[in-house]
Amino acid sequence: MAAAVGLGLLTLSACGSSGSGSGGDSKTVTLVSHDSWAVSKSVLKDFEKQSGYTVKVLKDGDAGQAVNKAILTKDNPQGDVFFGVDNTLLSRALDNGLFQSYDAKGSALVKPEYRVDQTKHRVTPIDTGDICVNYDKAYFSKHKLTPPTSFADLVKPEYKNLLVTENAATSSPGLGFLLGSAAQYGDDGWQGYWKKLKANGVKVVDGWEQAYDQEFSGSAGGKKAGGDRPLVVSYASSPPAEVIYADPKPTTAPTGVSYGTCFRQTEYAGLLSNAKNTKGGKAFLDFLLTKEFQQDMPLNMFVYPVIQGAQVPQEFVKYGRQAPDPETMAPAKIAADRDQWVKSWTSLVLK
Amino acid sequence: MALPVAFFAVFFAYPVAAIVARGLKVDGTWQLGRIWDVLVESDIRHVLWFTTWQALASTALTLLIALPGAYVFARFDFPGRHVLRAVVTVPFVLPTVVVGTAFLALVGRGGLLDDLWGVRLDTTVWAILLAHVFFNYAVVVRTVGGLWAQLDPRQEEAARMLGASRLRAWRTVTLPALGPAVAAAALMVFLFTFTSFGVVQILGGPTFSTLEVEIYRQTSEVFDLSTAAVLTIVQFVAVGAILAVHAWTVRRRESALRLVDPAVTVRRPRGAGQWTLLAGVVASIAVLLLLPLAVLVQRSLDTADFGYYRALTHDDGGTLLVPPIAAIGNSLEYAVAATAIAVVIGGLAAAALTRRDAGRLVRGFDALLMLPLGVSAVTVGFGFLIALDKPPLDLRSSWILVPLAQALVGVPFVVRTMLPVLRAVDGRLREAAAVLGASPWRVWREVDLPLVRRALLIAAGFAFAVSLGEFGATVFIARPDNPTLPVAVARLLSRPGDLNYGQAMALSTILMVVCAVALLVLERLRTDRTGEF
Repeated sequence: MAAAVGLGLLTLSACGSSGSGSGGDSKTVTLVSHDSWAVSKSVLKDFEKQSGYTVKVLKDGDAGQAVNKAILTKDNPQGDVFFGVDNTLLSRALDNGLFQSYDAKGSALVKPEYRVDQTKHRVTPIDTGDICVNYDKAYFSKHKLTPPTSFADLVKPEYKNLLVTENAATSSPGLGFLLGSAAQYGDDGWQGYWKKLKANGVKVVDGWEQAYDQEFSGSAGGKKAGGDRPLVVSYASSPPAEVIYADPKPTTAPTGVSYGTCFRQTEYAGLLSNAKNTKGGKAFLDFLLTKEFQQDMPLNMFVYPVIQGAQVPQEFVKYGRQAPDPETMAPAKIAADRDQWVKSWTSLVLK
Repeated sequence: MALPVAFFAVFFAYPVAAIVARGLKVDGTWQLGRIWDVLVESDIRHVLWFTTWQALASTALTLLIALPGAYVFARFDFPGRHVLRAVVTVPFVLPTVVVGTAFLALVGRGGLLDDLWGVRLDTTVWAILLAHVFFNYAVVVRTVGGLWAQLDPRQEEAARMLGASRLRAWRTVTLPALGPAVAAAALMVFLFTFTSFGVVQILGGPTFSTLEVEIYRQTSEVFDLSTAAVLTIVQFVAVGAILAVHAWTVRRRESALRLVDPAVTVRRPRGAGQWTLLAGVVASIAVLLLLPLAVLVQRSLDTADFGYYRALTHDDGGTLLVPPIAAIGNSLEYAVAATAIAVVIGGLAAAALTRRDAGRLVRGFDALLMLPLGVSAVTVGFGFLIALDKPPLDLRSSWILVPLAQALVGVPFVVRTMLPVLRAVDGRLREAAAVLGASPWRVWREVDLPLVRRALLIAAGFAFAVSLGEFGATVFIARPDNPTLPVAVARLLSRPGDLNYGQAMALSTILMVVCAVALLVLERLRTDRTGEF
């Protein structure tokens, strides 16, 4: 009996694997990305028509998870192209040999400030966005209080118990905010800053969804959930999102951005090492830098384009803007210090 | 015996070893010093401490609340008994994300308690403990109650006739017989709460963390594979030690019991005391189990014309790539396959373990079979991804991977449910049949099968149910375009917006109904004493 069942199992698995070749054929390009990946159907159709490839998308959890899983499976990757590694995790992907070189067509159009890895071209910058503190306009006007504008403001007594942020160990905006404070106060100063922030009643939750949709009093979701924190770490593009997804649409955004608290995040894509369809993958990377895709991105993923001459949608101009002078940090610096900082931050803030 | 061993070697030991090795081996040399480095970190010790005490507290609380329930379901006949018995099992098979969400809707901000009395438990350990009771109530009712129902009450009555007090009769007759089942139930509850993942992640916030949650964070978010590997080993050792002790105590106390048909042991409650007990149990079930479920249903209907349900049939193009409703079919297919695998592997293992001539080695395997319950599902999931990706075992993009991972969690249930009953079968019955000329196969069919059929069905039901609800491993290996119900719920929950939340609630409700129906059918089968099932 054991033998019979054993055979049955083997047959089953054999059937299963024979159907698994779909990712490897030359007519299909497989994109591995995080849950936030989105593109207009018509734009993707255009690419498929012009290139002759069919695009298959595999979304693999949030940004950090998707990167980690891609690294673990890099010898036999699940797809050809990976999109969605940002500057805070870039070094992890590069050090682990996740990508192979490819200089995408159109890379010359990328604005200089977003270019990295210029000698090897293992990654291509695709989009950018700012992680900033957002505020609930209604709360501040009701309490006749000026919203904070800088990192320094956040530790002032008038803003006590108002801010909610994300766990820097588990959330990408949480990590961005920590790196922003580290860029502002330096290697020796950021811990002192967070001590003050903690004393001033900062609340930490695990992820962006919880912070923004549950705790923050300014978002549509937060209002419904009875959120009572008028300050939240989110994105500079969140106010336009509040308008676009509202029905009826308000004339001004209900939330604002404290532009002095921003950290700039850039997302990259690359051709996976050991990709089965390298040709298709290259064509797809080229597509990501076309004007058509770059201009389609903002309203789908709430990020800004990285190439020169790409238009941003009206709503982005009207209800928000990019931070004029965001904090930044070199990927090498992030790579060297990130883990140690997160560890110290965890002990300092969460325990 | 060979098949279960091979199965566990290939689909459990090898993947887990691979992922642990990945974390502890740097450039080909083992970094065993890491183990000590990790263990002395105060954060990690904090996690260890919290994991242990919350599991102890959860187990005690669950036994306290569920043992009266086990008694009531085993001995009392009352209207709606079968339905209620199926309903209390539903929470157990719900994915932890759903349970977490249900509790958040109940005790969290803007939840029912908050609205009524301004009470919020979402930042306290109480939410976690109550969710664990909610989850594991059925484990106690099923494992203890199942045996209790088959204990002949006349034995206790005989003891009383001989002059024993009610308490003494219970203590000397019923309790020893129930002992192994209570121990098994307590062990399972302890294992589940010790390795609790979804509940703690959702209700615990960033401050409360169990070993399992920490392994997940270290692997999936911090990408510190060596810390994750150390924690995996720690969890492995802890669970292994508990299982070894358990196997020893159970073996010492197991004896041939006189099992009878449960139908003859139930009767209407008599007297005020028994009615009060019944009312108390029903009330506790209503508050602790039904209320959170009702909140889920209510939230899924919180829009006009079943809007959230109708939205499930649309291809949203975004979150899931397929209409969420497709996840139902996926889940059922996977669960059927996983149940088949689990019943075959678990059944063979249980049969091998009860054989008279089973040596010490084979009996040691008993505890080993339980290990998948104690090893982080995330570890197993990642292990599958990195270990089963090369020929001849290139299963990574095969659908069978998901049922295999789910079966791994199902097998221990099959073994645990079958083993006490199989062991309790009086060996003399088999010998008598053999003496009368029956072949071993016939002995099994005529003696063992009728007695264990019920256990086999319960086992299959459990395996099916845990497969439906399995989340931790599935989330890592399910193809994004082929999500199971729990995976779809989690994806929807992680997206902002009313519609996504509503759809998650609607899908959870559907999952709940599917589980309830499956379990009800099982209840019917169980009581059908004429058919050969």
